[in-house]
Amino acid sequence: MEGPVSVARSLGGRAHHNEKPPGVPVFELDDLSVEYGSFRAVDGIDLSIAANEITAFIGPSGCGKTTVLRCLNRMNDLIPSARVLGAVRYHGVDLYGPRIDPVEVRRRMGMVFQKPNPFPKSIYENVAFGPRVTGHQGDLDDLVEHSLRRAALWDEVKDKLRDSAYALSGGQQQRLCIARAIATNPDVVLMDEPCSALDPIATLRIEELMIDLKKEYTIIIVTHNMQQAARVSDRTAFFTVDVKETGDRTGRLVEFDDTGVIFTKPSQKATEDYITGRFG
Amino acid sequence: MNRAAIAAGPETVVRALTHHRRDVRGSLFTVALFACLLVGMAILATLLYTVISGSLPAWRDRSLTTFVTSQMSADPHVAGIWQAFYGSLTLMVFTALIAFPLGISAAVYLEEYAPDTRLTRLINANIRNLAGVPSIVYGLLGLAVFVKLLGGITGPEVEGRSVIAGGLTLGLLTLPIVIITTAESLRAVPNALREAAYGVGSTQWQVIRHHILPVGAPGIFTGTILSLGRAFGEAAPLLLVGGITTFFSVGDASFLEALRGRFSAMPVLVFSWSRLPQEEFRALTAALIVVMLVVLLLVNGTAIYLRNRFEKGA
Repeated sequence: MEGPVSVARSLGGRAHHNEKPPGVPVFELDDLSVEYGSFRAVDGIDLSIAANEITAFIGPSGCGKTTVLRCLNRMNDLIPSARVLGAVRYHGVDLYGPRIDPVEVRRRMGMVFQKPNPFPKSIYENVAFGPRVTGHQGDLDDLVEHSLRRAALWDEVKDKLRDSAYALSGGQQQRLCIARAIATNPDVVLMDEPCSALDPIATLRIEELMIDLKKEYTIIIVTHNMQQAARVSDRTAFFTVDVKETGDRTGRLVEFDDTGVIFTKPSQKATEDYITGRFG
Repeated sequence: MNRAAIAAGPETVVRALTHHRRDVRGSLFTVALFACLLVGMAILATLLYTVISGSLPAWRDRSLTTFVTSQMSADPHVAGIWQAFYGSLTLMVFTALIAFPLGISAAVYLEEYAPDTRLTRLINANIRNLAGVPSIVYGLLGLAVFVKLLGGITGPEVEGRSVIAGGLTLGLLTLPIVIITTAESLRAVPNALREAAYGVGSTQWQVIRHHILPVGAPGIFTGTILSLGRAFGEAAPLLLVGGITTFFSVGDASFLEALRGRFSAMPVLVFSWSRLPQEEFRALTAALIVVMLVVLLLVNGTAIYLRNRFEKGA
């Protein structure tokens, strides 16, 4: 069995793939807080995310769910003023520990963003770019085809792989972004409101895709859409936002449980108010 | 529109929806804007008309080619602009070689790598100020440093008044503009693209090399080439670092040797000819300006062409 030591080593060096020590959660958040300058955006999050499940983060705007998601692949590093306190353990290894290389972290986690953001390149290049920079050995054409098939986009684009990705519809672009995210053979796929810019049909396709993908990947999705969380996720984390007298808005985790429990008999009043639409 | 009006039939609806209010302010504003445009165009047209009509006598006894390829001379009947034309082109190449790599690199560092500290902000503010410094001041700097101090290196046989000294001076002059325009283009690259590239596990260098620079390229090219156009038209700094306007031999020195030799440039020649007493030089000056305008047009045309090409390629 590969322990935390080998995961830590691979995050600092070359990546191996998909080690999943049984019993150890993929992510453990331990008293995680994030500050932007002097402003605390989220406070004291404890959370444990299991492998091959879809975990949904829901809650009102400004509750910090996206901020938490972006801690998981150290995307917050790109914001100069952001500071992360507490620990994010990935297979038992603290991602914010010393000598951890954020680039190696991101190589093991695909990310899909709120607005489809394909590169201004061809469809093929969009998928091939990640494997290229991560030093993929083997047939790139096969990998591109495989990734596009996994993202349920192959049949629509197989005859125009050299066309610009911008020529695709919004829903197709988002599936392309999913293909791009899984092309590097990650362990985890992080999705930040992936359907918020899509119509209901495109949304449905992405949801079907997620359920299909969770056999291979651990998926974490931030969503504003509670029906979506109820439809696709196994576990749901409900966040809320506390407004201080100073006007500062700090997000915190209210409740984290099986999706069925959260949506039928939540233990917290705040959760119930939110999901029944009395708040937010 | 009330219900009774709608019920009265389509004609009343049409009447209600037809516009019967005059947007006076809006119309005035449009007229004012158009007037501003007309004034600008009129000035440009006058300028072009004066220069072109003034140059007509010069074309009577010479063609454009003879004018460009003839040697400079004090005799207006045979005077050409070859040394100045050639000098301006070499200066441009040299300026580009200095200002583009330095300026683009500095901008990439400032925008992508430098931490946002008080020092960085101070440097940024200073670069903006440098872009506004009068060109004559760069000429003084060039005179003190490239001609006097480093004359032994830049042009030992011409007391430092060499192409290298002129090119370095123009390079310094354009450097801040190159940095600013490059930084603006880099800043215009959407953050979503950076995130996408980092998201698949790119290193910072890969993000810059494969995504930010290609997307910023059209803006960078346009900005830098236009800044070169400005350097092309500068006379003042070159007068100080020794642009000359009388006959000298470009000869058959190799390109590298020529760099350390004396030079002339078209704006310097314009300055000099326009002060000569002979009536014929009026027309020659105008003709020279026409040549400069043509070259500038070509340079700007190249900038537009490159931008379109890169935008299509992206």
